[in-house]
Amino acid sequence: MNIDKKIADDLVANDVSFVTTVPCKQLAGVIEEIENRDDMFHIPANKEDEGMGLCAGAFMGGKRPAIIMQNTAIGVTINTLATLTQYYRMPLPMIISFRGELREPVACQVEMAVHTKALLAQLNIPTYHFHWQKDVEEFDNILKYTFMCNKPVAILTDANFWGGYGDQ
Amino acid sequence: MIRSEILREIAPILRDQLVVCNIGLPSQELHMIDDNAKNFYMLGTMGLSSSIGLGLALAQDKTVISIDGDGSVLTNLGTLPTIANNVADNYILLIIDNGSYGSTGDQPTYAGKKTKLEKVAEACGCENVVVCQDVDTGKVLQAAIDSKKMTVIVVKCDSGNIKLPVITMDPVVIRHRFMEAVKA
Repeated sequence: MNIDKKIADDLVANDVSFVTTVPCKQLAGVIEEIENRDDMFHIPANKEDEGMGLCAGAFMGGKRPAIIMQNTAIGVTINTLATLTQYYRMPLPMIISFRGELREPVACQVEMAVHTKALLAQLNIPTYHFHWQKDVEEFDNILKYTFMCNKPVAILTDANFWGGYGDQ
Repeated sequence: MIRSEILREIAPILRDQLVVCNIGLPSQELHMIDDNAKNFYMLGTMGLSSSIGLGLALAQDKTVISIDGDGSVLTNLGTLPTIANNVADNYILLIIDNGSYGSTGDQPTYAGKKTKLEKVAEACGCENVVVCQDVDTGKVLQAAIDSKKMTVIVVKCDSGNIKLPVITMDPVVIRHRFMEAVKA
């Protein structure tokens, strides 16, 4: 299974047409897939809270948005999640590379990984963790759930899900 | 002129457009001067007025004006390259540059010192950057709307605030009302 293509296909199938990204090595494939799709507008952001602002605007303009980012971004975006996305009750699927989990080569990444689920739980953000490739089968349901309840929803995707880091 | 005087003067122009208004006093002033469904008031999240406005402009065809401040643009300086590289000709970023953080007690910003936001915007790749004095805001804003070109306007004005109440509207009501106006 090509999980990059599966994620992009599910986004399109759920009418997500506005995707903002802050890159991660693990997410490079899915970001490239989105960039190459005519049915989704891809707008890279310089910082994740900026990206959430773009998504809020796009949602109010009638588009279904999504954001792709690293888990370190949870540290950057707590205020935006609480006072914009949640306060105004807006849906936002957050496809997050879960750095610092199993098969992570960079020690510093673990320092935010240990806080990631606790922060999301503190924010009452529904959170899903993709560890095995087959977990992606749930993605379509998660998107439907997100736009049903009008909340930010986190999909944490770890290194094992993406197949490790190769020779790094 | 101070910001509230500018907003009062341009209210008849803003009334026909979708407006995303910066957190704090700017939203409170606009709410008091001319509350209507085409105004989206930010109640939190300093710095994102320009980003919300750009996302809105890219998602639909109506003209969108983001009212921002120099302090808020400095908070989210990464917005300017994103704006420059994703041109939406129905988008106007109106920066009320009074050189101070008005909502928090008029502490000076770097834009009131050496930093020139118009030059930052140009260096980021924004193609239509207009600097004007407070008294010319209406004329410059109307010209930007009529040009149908994405424009960044930097309005130089005095710092200063008026006393007024906070917005007590529920955020979901603000958002829903605004989305109905976007669709209308």
